[in-house]
Amino acid sequence: MSMIWLRVALCCYGVGLLYALVALTRTTELLSKLALHASYLGMVFHLVSLVEAVTSAGQLTLASVHNSESLLAFLIMAVFMLAYLVYQTTSPGIVIFPIVFLITFVAATGQQPFLQMSPSTRHGWLLTHIALIFTGYAALSLSFGASLLYLIQERMLKSKRPGGMFGRLPSLQVIDDIGYRSLLLGFPFMTLGLIAGTVIAENTYGRVDLLDPKIMLSVLMWAVYLVMVYTRWNAGWRGRKAALLASVAFIAAIVAWSANYFSNMHRFVAS
Amino acid sequence: MKFHLIGVNHKTAPVEVRERIAIPESRLPEACKKLAAHPGIEEAMIISTCNRVELLANVKNGSCDLRGWMHQYFSLAPEELDKHIYEFREQEAVRHLFRVASSLDSMVVGEPQILGQVKEAYATARAVGTVRAQLDQLVTRSFAVAKRVRSETAVGSSAVSVASVAVELAKKIFGSLNGKSVYLVGAGKMSELAARHLLAHGCTSIFVANRTYDRAVKLAQKFDGEAISFDSLYESCDRADIVITSTGAPHAIFRREHGEKFMARRKNRPMFFIDIAVPRDVDPEMNKVDGLFVYDIDDLQQAVASHVADRQTEAQHAEAIINAEVNRFQARILVLDVVPTIVSLHEHLETIRQAEIDRVRGRLGALTPEQEMAVEALTRGIVNKIMHTPISTLKTAARDPESTTVIEIVRRLFNLHEKTGDGGGQS
Repeated sequence: MSMIWLRVALCCYGVGLLYALVALTRTTELLSKLALHASYLGMVFHLVSLVEAVTSAGQLTLASVHNSESLLAFLIMAVFMLAYLVYQTTSPGIVIFPIVFLITFVAATGQQPFLQMSPSTRHGWLLTHIALIFTGYAALSLSFGASLLYLIQERMLKSKRPGGMFGRLPSLQVIDDIGYRSLLLGFPFMTLGLIAGTVIAENTYGRVDLLDPKIMLSVLMWAVYLVMVYTRWNAGWRGRKAALLASVAFIAAIVAWSANYFSNMHRFVAS
Repeated sequence: MKFHLIGVNHKTAPVEVRERIAIPESRLPEACKKLAAHPGIEEAMIISTCNRVELLANVKNGSCDLRGWMHQYFSLAPEELDKHIYEFREQEAVRHLFRVASSLDSMVVGEPQILGQVKEAYATARAVGTVRAQLDQLVTRSFAVAKRVRSETAVGSSAVSVASVAVELAKKIFGSLNGKSVYLVGAGKMSELAARHLLAHGCTSIFVANRTYDRAVKLAQKFDGEAISFDSLYESCDRADIVITSTGAPHAIFRREHGEKFMARRKNRPMFFIDIAVPRDVDPEMNKVDGLFVYDIDDLQQAVASHVADRQTEAQHAEAIINAEVNRFQARILVLDVVPTIVSLHEHLETIRQAEIDRVRGRLGALTPEQEMAVEALTRGIVNKIMHTPISTLKTAARDPESTTVIEIVRRLFNLHEKTGDGGGQS
C-alpha cells in the first residue's frame, strides 16, 4: 500500500517538474499555483506512504533504502514549503521540484534491501541519525537551489535585459535570505546527524574507521559545509562564489550518499 | 448641442509656449466665467496643467470663436498661437476628452495625475456655474470612461518614468527598500527626483555629496539627510545601498577598483549604482564586480522603453474602449435630443384628441360608464397607433448622426415649433 501512495505522490510531484521545466522559458501564474497545490497534495500522499512504511514493521524503523529515500524527498519538500510559507515564492521549485521528483522516482521504483545492522540499533539512534542527516541534506539542497536562482537573477540584473523570468523571480535579497537561512538551518542538523552516526558506528563496530569511504566523504562534506557557512558569515560570499561552494557541497553530499555502495561499515545491502 | 474643444498640449507646443498660457489655479474660476460669457457659448470648462491647456465648450449655434477668445485672453497674436492649437468638434471633442481623462494623451501614457486634474477643473467650473447640463454629463461620463480604461487595461499598471524604473530595479535587488540608504553624488534636479521616489518607497537615510558643499547641505536639509564633503566620497560611499550619481565630471569618478573596495568593506552586500550623468560618472567595468549593479541613463531609458512597448498594446485596447464609449455617449446625447420632440408630439396629439371628444360629446347623449370608457379607449388607441411609427422612427434616427433632419421633419409635419420650451428653440 505504501508504494501505491508513494506513486500517487510521484504523479503530483510531476506537476512540479513540469513547472520547473516550463519556468525556464516562461512562467505563468496559473502553473505555479497548480504546481504548489499539486505539491501539497503530493506531500499528503507522501506522508501517508511514509507512516505506513514506518509502522508496517510493527516498530518505528526506516531500515530500507527506498524508505529512507522517500523520507529524504519528503523532507526536501517540507523545507521548500517552509521557505514558501515565509517568502511566498515558488521559484526555488525550479531547482527543488526536479530533485524531489528524481528521488521520489527512485524510491517508488527501487527494491527494498535492508540495512546491515544489529537489531538493537535499527531504531532509536538509527532513526535519529537518518532524520537529522536528511534534514541537513534537505536544507542543503534548498540552499543549493537558492544559490542557482541567485546566479540567474544576478545575471539578469547585470545584463540589463528585463522581462521573461526576470519579472517573476524574487528579489536578490529574498533569494539570498532563503539560501543563507536554509544553510544555517541545515548545519546543526548535519553536525548532530554525523555525531549520531558516530555513536552508532561505535556501538556496532566498537570503532570508527576514518578511512572508510563513507565516513571520509561524510567528513569531507561536513567540512565543505562548514567552509560555506564560514565564508558566508565572515566574508558575505554571495553569487558566483557562494553558488560554486554550494555546488561543491551538494556534489559532496551526493558522493557521500553513494558511498553507501562502497562502504564496509555503512551499507544498505545485506551481503 | 455642440461640443467644441480647442487646446494646446505637450505634443503641439514647446514648454515656452505652454508656460505662457497656463492659467494658475487661482485665476481659473474667473477665466471660466469669462469664457462662458463669450458670445455663442452655453457652458464652458478649462483644463490647465503643465502639459496642456484646453477649453471645452457647449456651443449654442454650432459655432463660436474659441480661438479668438484665446488670443484675447492670453494677449497673443494669432500667428503666434494658432500653429500650436488643435481643435475638435462634436464626436471628436468627446473622444479627445475621454482620451485625456484616461491618460492616453499624456506625456507619460497611463500616469494617474491627469484624471485628478480633470476632476479639479470640472469642480472649479461647476462651482462657478459654467458647467450645468450637457457638459456636466459629458465630463462625468469621461470619469467613468477613465475608470473603465484603468480597470480593464494594463495602461497605468507598470512604472514608466526613469525614476520609477530605478525604484523597480532597486526592489529587484534589495527586495523591500525599507531602511535602505541612498547616496547622492551631485545635487542635480534629476537625482533629487530619483531620491524622492526612493524615499517614497521606504528608503530611510540619505547622504549628499557635492563639489560645492553648500549645495550638498541645502539638498540634505530638504531630505533631512546628511551632507558629506566631496573629499571623503570614497570612504563614505559604501555606507549606502543605492548610489545616484549626476555630477558634471568629464571622467568617471567610480572605477572598478573602487567598486571592489566597496564590496570588500560591505562584506559583499549588494550595491546599486544609478548613473544619470552624461558623460557617465561610473565606469561600466564596475558592473562586472560581483554584487555591484550599475545602470546608466541609457540602461534605464531602455527599461522604460520596454515598458512603453508593453503599454502601446494596452493603449490599443484602451482606444477600442474609448471608441465604444464615444458611440454610446453620442447615442445617449441624441436620444436626449429627441426626447423633447417626442414629448411635444404626445402633448400635441393629446390636445387634438381631447378637443375632438369635447366637440362631439354633446351629440352622443348620455352614455353608460362602459360606453364612456369605450370612447376613451377608441380615441386613445387611434392616437397611439398613429404616433407609434413616428416615435420609433425618431428613436432609431437618434442613433444616426443625420437625425437632426428627421427631428426637423417631424417637428414641421406636426407643427411643433413653438411648443418647445427647451434649449434648441431657434432651429
